[in-house]
Amino acid sequence: MSGHERRMSDVGKRALILKGGRVVDPSQNKDEVADVAIIDGKIDAIARGLAEGAAEYEVIDCGGLVVSPGFIDVHCHLREPGREEVETIATGAAAAAAGGFTAVCAMPNTDPVTDNQAAVGFVARQAQRAAMARVYPIGAISLGQNGVALAEFGEMVGAGAVAVSDDGKPVVSAQLMRTALEYARTFNIPVADHCEEPTLAFGGAMNEGIVSMRLGLKGIPAEAEEIMAIRDMLLARLTGGHIHLCHMSTKGSVALIRWGKEQGINVTSEVCPHHLSLTEDAVGDYDTHAKMNPPLRTAADVEALRGAVKDGTIDVIATDHAPHHYDEKEREFADAPNGIVGLETALAVNVTWLVKSRVITLPMLVERMSCTPARIFHLPGGTLKKGAPADVTVFDPAADWKVEASQFRTKGRNTPYQGMTLTGRTHVTVVDGRVVYRLAH
Amino acid sequence: MTAPLGKDLLGIEPLSPDQIQLILDTAEPFKEISERAIKKVPTLRGATIVNLFFEASTRTRVSFEFAEKRLSADTVNVAASGSSVSKGETLVDTARNLEAMRIDMVVIRHGASGAAHFLAHRIESNVINAGDGTHEHPTQGLLDLLTLRDHFKRLKGLKVCIVGDVLHSRVARSNIWGLQKMGAEVAVCGPRSLLPSSIKDFGVTVFDRVDEAIQWADALNVLRLQLERMQAGYIPSLREYNRVFGISRERLERARKDILVLHPGPMNRGVEIDSDVADGPFSVILDQVTNGVAIRMAVLYLLSGAKPELAEQAKGGQP
Repeated sequence: MSGHERRMSDVGKRALILKGGRVVDPSQNKDEVADVAIIDGKIDAIARGLAEGAAEYEVIDCGGLVVSPGFIDVHCHLREPGREEVETIATGAAAAAAGGFTAVCAMPNTDPVTDNQAAVGFVARQAQRAAMARVYPIGAISLGQNGVALAEFGEMVGAGAVAVSDDGKPVVSAQLMRTALEYARTFNIPVADHCEEPTLAFGGAMNEGIVSMRLGLKGIPAEAEEIMAIRDMLLARLTGGHIHLCHMSTKGSVALIRWGKEQGINVTSEVCPHHLSLTEDAVGDYDTHAKMNPPLRTAADVEALRGAVKDGTIDVIATDHAPHHYDEKEREFADAPNGIVGLETALAVNVTWLVKSRVITLPMLVERMSCTPARIFHLPGGTLKKGAPADVTVFDPAADWKVEASQFRTKGRNTPYQGMTLTGRTHVTVVDGRVVYRLAH
Repeated sequence: MTAPLGKDLLGIEPLSPDQIQLILDTAEPFKEISERAIKKVPTLRGATIVNLFFEASTRTRVSFEFAEKRLSADTVNVAASGSSVSKGETLVDTARNLEAMRIDMVVIRHGASGAAHFLAHRIESNVINAGDGTHEHPTQGLLDLLTLRDHFKRLKGLKVCIVGDVLHSRVARSNIWGLQKMGAEVAVCGPRSLLPSSIKDFGVTVFDRVDEAIQWADALNVLRLQLERMQAGYIPSLREYNRVFGISRERLERARKDILVLHPGPMNRGVEIDSDVADGPFSVILDQVTNGVAIRMAVLYLLSGAKPELAEQAKGGQP
């Protein structure tokens, strides 16, 4: 083993072996028990017996655990700059690491909006300082997210932006969306699309249907999402641009995306763990922790979304992690802000509702949470191939644990899973060869 | 002792038919108190009740206040304004302050659906929902049931059509639940833009023509048309609304049968209901108001059963 000898001479370099885990790497169709050797932030080798005699390495025993390429979340809100009391890039990146994410993409609806190269650079620098999960900035589509003037995509990409989005708000003008898709092609970045027809969704607090009628809350019909999803797929067809449909929540959207892909439109899409696990019934007696946008939908929608994750109509699972101060959720339902935290529950929710219930296999979950996000957002990672960045997640797919929001790394406590016993827990998160999270025993 | 209604009255939806029956039956003897020269019994002596009204209301607030006073409770009216998004105290702080003052019951009227639940989950005191947003107005629903029962001597099999803006109406929701639980048949009639898109899932018949609704129904419950609905574009004009959905004497006469007309008030005469109907022989609109006091006395009495010391006094005070 010449590689082994070489490593033996690498004393003083950072070296780590993840020993004896089930290595699941769909990027190279790997699913086997092996050791993973990491040197200087790169994957060096995957084989059995690497740990023997490797005295200079830090060895972490991964027996009984899954070792996979690190999870990548293409959609989260880290609130910095502007709402540092709610979340900072450091606390968000720490939460990501605790959830098994080695990289996250931060949405630009900060205050001020991340709509220029200086702002993008700030996010990147704060992430470097935090040195937890990697944080890739997403730049705004329009200046101030006002839906009027295009932001400087080129300069933002130069400063580290990996995509553009006005997430939190829809791009109301079809002309602006057309231009954004065309202009984004120049830089080979996706346009991440918050699909919401604003006049139809206006004032809505939850899914429109029998539950909203019962509770006397203004509903948001599925069509508010679907109208924008189809409009923007058509604009992607017109322009050849890459439209990435964020947080898809309806059965109708699934059918539309399926059609779009059949047509060869350059469309990708994401779904959130909560839309794969909960229905509008979770609103119960006005529980603001079940309030998000798009809202929790019906059982038929959840079913269709699960099917779409399985057959690849929906490419990735993304958290839409949206921390809020606890006071803000402690309000009348209609006045409470949208969103829940998701980074630290995503893996468990996905394992519990998708893998345990046999909708998808564990390797497919890794694909949807790691390999595919890396591919469609053109990010490093998503693979354990030799020479790839050593971004690795080690998790126990069978561990039951009780969600206790007070233990979260995120500053947010707004989770509808509070108190639930879920299955699947991150044990070790490795970013760039460094252990950034280890489950305390 | 366990409270027959639980801690709070937040809506009719969570009530069982037996509980509704109990409230209606309990209201019967309380009607008589309001007919006495001295309209007071010591049932709730020593109990403190706050009437917390975040929305303007005359009828409901006065009705609750009379009910409380006739039961000898100490009452305070608080006319708060705004919600947590506007300046001022948040609802959760209001709740904590009330709790700190050791009050026994809160009657809350609020513009946000779920506000009564919000309060009830955070304080030990009994909470009575006096109307929350577009959710429920349970005491209104109950007094409507009592008025119908007074007139028809039954609720089972009765055909009641709710006419108007069902989408934004808390009265409609409370009526649908209450009537269905008591075995009545419920229909709704109104412009489709003011009916919930999921209305069919509620097991109600939908009439597009008010004449068909009148032909079908034993009683009409005519909802107030909020004038801001027109500004919000749900209907083109009040004039057209009156012509298509307004309850007029001609329409009622064409049905050639006795048909009871209810309205929760306040009325827009000449919009959803014509004056000669409101003031006419089939109208029980003022009976509803009278019954409102009795229903609220019954609800206060039954909820106070959660407190043994009050229940003891109640025995002496029961008429």
